[in-house]
Amino acid sequence: MTTELDRDQLLAPVLRRVLGWSALVSMVALVAFGLFGAPTDAVQGDAQRVMYLHVPSAWLAYLAFFVTAAASAFFLWPRTRATVWDRVAGASAELGVMFTALALVLGSIWGRPVWGIWWAWDARLVSTALLFFLFLGYLALRRIPGGDPVGVAKRNAIAALIAFVDVPIVHFSVEWWRTLHQQATVFNPELNPQIHGVMGLTLWIGTIAFTLAFVYLLDRRYRLAVLEDGQEERALDRAIEDRRSQAVGAGSVS
Amino acid sequence: MTDVGYVVAGWVIAGGVLGGYTVRLRRRLARAERERSDAEPRA
Repeated sequence: MTTELDRDQLLAPVLRRVLGWSALVSMVALVAFGLFGAPTDAVQGDAQRVMYLHVPSAWLAYLAFFVTAAASAFFLWPRTRATVWDRVAGASAELGVMFTALALVLGSIWGRPVWGIWWAWDARLVSTALLFFLFLGYLALRRIPGGDPVGVAKRNAIAALIAFVDVPIVHFSVEWWRTLHQQATVFNPELNPQIHGVMGLTLWIGTIAFTLAFVYLLDRRYRLAVLEDGQEERALDRAIEDRRSQAVGAGSVS
Repeated sequence: MTDVGYVVAGWVIAGGVLGGYTVRLRRRLARAERERSDAEPRA
């Protein structure tokens, strides 16, 4: 299972530091623009400012689960199989679950003043909640031990690919069904939306800030997975050594 | 609750979740790195 692709770190230390600081600076810029720089929406009022967090959260959920699915496919393909892909898949799924939870909670907070309700049994909302539980289940599955590490990783990869089927359903749900949630607007050429320049800029800052934070956190979570695997191997070695010494001790007494 | 109340709640929750996750991850990582360096045989 070990190949030349297996590595202790995903990113070089310099790149990681640059990423971390860039994420922090862009987050500060997001707060400045999102709360103070962007104008108040003419229809929704200040409540619309939640959009600058809700939309990037949803985008990052898509990205994180796409990375999980791609890494899982790379693991399943015999020519590219390496431990690195299994760890990347697990790390990215954990971040995806966090961003999906954020998108759901922030959407609910935005929906209350705009729609008048916290939750609706709407295709977009339900399919997103399903996505959250599917990948929560995937993370739980990863914790179930098994005998053969390659077999366990294959099982996890297949589960990730099955869960990923819900991502296009979430995305196209607003087109396939009549929903309370609005359809895609910013990248929809048919609608030609007129968005205020500073509002559009703030949305881009939010997307960039969240993406930078995702890459930084993915690297850190990957590193933690490497160290945790090392801890398990050392604990196993110690247990085997203890059993051996007990067996030797018992043999010498008899 | 006013519109500003929803906005503040949203931004505080997002900051708390992202910041809390980052801090917790860095702490777990620091502990794991320490444990690894303690376990390494010294020359």
